[in-house]
Amino acid sequence: MKKVIMGNHALSYGAMLSRAQVIAAYPITPQTQVVELLSEMCANGTLDAKFIKVESEHSAMAACLGASMAGARTFTATSAQGLALMHEMLHWASGGRMPVVMGDINRAMAPGWSIWTDQIDSLSQRDTGWIQFYCSSNQEVLDTVIQAYKVSEKLMIPSMVILDAFALSHTYEVVEIPEQEKVDAYLPPFNPPYRLTPADPHAFGGLTSPDHYMELRYKLQKDMEKVPALVEETGREYEKMFGRYLGQVDDYLCDGAELVFVTSGTAGLTARVVVDELRAQGVKAGNLRIKLFRPFPFEQVRSILSRVPKVAVLDRNISYGHHGVFYQEVKSAMYGLPSEPAIFGFIAGLGGRDITRETYKEIADYALKHDRPEEEIVWIGVKK
Amino acid sequence: MSKERKMTITLPREELMSSGHLACQGCGATLAMRYALKALGQKTILCIPACCWSVIDGPFPHSSLDVPIYHCAFETAASSASGVRAGLDMVGDKETTVMAWAGDGGTFDIGIQALSGAAERNEDFIYACYDNEAYMNTGIQRSSATPIGAWTTTTPVKHYKKERKKDIIGIMAAHDIPYIATASIAYPEDMVKKFKKAKDIHGTRFIHIYAPCPTGWKSRPDDTVKLARLAVQTGYFPLYEVENGEKWTLNLKIKERKPITEYLKLQGRFRHLKQDEIDLIQAEVDNNYQKILKKCGL
Repeated sequence: MKKVIMGNHALSYGAMLSRAQVIAAYPITPQTQVVELLSEMCANGTLDAKFIKVESEHSAMAACLGASMAGARTFTATSAQGLALMHEMLHWASGGRMPVVMGDINRAMAPGWSIWTDQIDSLSQRDTGWIQFYCSSNQEVLDTVIQAYKVSEKLMIPSMVILDAFALSHTYEVVEIPEQEKVDAYLPPFNPPYRLTPADPHAFGGLTSPDHYMELRYKLQKDMEKVPALVEETGREYEKMFGRYLGQVDDYLCDGAELVFVTSGTAGLTARVVVDELRAQGVKAGNLRIKLFRPFPFEQVRSILSRVPKVAVLDRNISYGHHGVFYQEVKSAMYGLPSEPAIFGFIAGLGGRDITRETYKEIADYALKHDRPEEEIVWIGVKK
Repeated sequence: MSKERKMTITLPREELMSSGHLACQGCGATLAMRYALKALGQKTILCIPACCWSVIDGPFPHSSLDVPIYHCAFETAASSASGVRAGLDMVGDKETTVMAWAGDGGTFDIGIQALSGAAERNEDFIYACYDNEAYMNTGIQRSSATPIGAWTTTTPVKHYKKERKKDIIGIMAAHDIPYIATASIAYPEDMVKKFKKAKDIHGTRFIHIYAPCPTGWKSRPDDTVKLARLAVQTGYFPLYEVENGEKWTLNLKIKERKPITEYLKLQGRFRHLKQDEIDLIQAEVDNNYQKILKKCGL
């Protein structure tokens, strides 16, 4: 069935079709419609789940984790300050191997108060041990929620499904809503190997000496390393059942390109339009949209970018005192390869400033004109 | 030959706590757990935030308890327990009792937001606070449960604690939750009775346990039970219940309350107090006790 829905509701439908059993959430703009629709679904019986209306995001994640430990499939959604407040519990989720799936609506961090999009909120959680998917359409949001449960529960690692504030969260698009029976066939019920039950009492998360701690973290990393292949496998399986492939990256005309944009989120869709326009003007451009950011899709990024002379990374974020985060990550992935391209870093669109075709044209002009980046960061559209 | 006498054991025989735990000698919190589990039985799941009990239980991969434990973040005893309850309900386990088990710091201070939220939602679990009146696990720092006059490492003798202990029962009673009780490790029958009563009630149940700490109070380990008893007998920690925020019941009437100095003098943390300061504390205790009597209609 096709429906015209907003990005936020794509998250809700994803959670509903995945049969989330416990939802705990706290309202924050621009996330509110996600949980409004879910609480309606819980109230009218469309979704058989407990909705805990907690008093903060910290408690939202804590409640999800408690429910996950009890063996229930859990969902929450938040944004910006809410995600920052959850920070401690994000480590708890991955460290405790609790496969929560959470929607994060990328919103700029205060002060000054901003409800508009950029990626600093979720990228600040880069090292918490969560899988991160950056989506660029409402369809992708819905599909990725379902896939995220499959990946997360297989490896017992939590997932964040991320979408841009307003540019996606409040934008209505046509979305194919999969049939419940087919989703049930794709995603079996959550059945964790260990759980809180008096029938088999264990103590979870207790005091862990240096004799054991490091091994727990080693295992988490080893399982993280399995994510790219599992995303590939579950993405192909999804394609077989639903006709849509869900991969780690979206490669648009990168093969044989002279300049490739590296993008993420909705800005990654704008880039495709610009690639077409540049190609019409005789510039062989391409676009590599990174969807799976954590773990970083090293293999695919390396194989695509090592065949390209110039790479322009667009960051809607900044790591103060360093570079844009995607720029750092792409450079680190390409470092030392025999065919390392010239990699340029651009920052644009912070705090919800639009990223338009003109933004990309400026980027392309700069990258085509220079052999190497002359500045550490090239800011696009900033009033200096 | 003496006549054979039979003693009736009034507490459940079931032991869900084994020896080999890591508590200090004379730990009140350890006795508290033992009695609480005797009352609740094996079908209990504990949510334990950062507190002495996150260590007492034993390091990974050991546990001294025969019930499942979820070691949760410091401020999340109540929110974690809310989640565990919801999760159990969704996987079809309606029978198991969920109990948040937190210290005074995790309850009076850092965890009070989550606790208030859960109580407002009337979440279906028991919240037990074992109160040893300071952050003992981190080395005796003051909490808002530390009594007036006490020394701690952050309220040194020259600047001993000048603020009153937070009225946690008053706060919880204001949430109109179905059941609140105070309990003392010196009165195990009373404590077991209260946990059993709490087990059969639905909604948020709050039990405030008085748990002396020889390490932090600078008292003798063998005085723990005596101190807990004196706290009740002086009227410093009366035993009572509050049902639905309105029905207050005093469980143990003290005909002649002992002077507070008997309780204070056994503890190094009060050693610096002069007579006029002790008199002030006595006046505080009298005042609080009268308030509780009044609420209990006595």
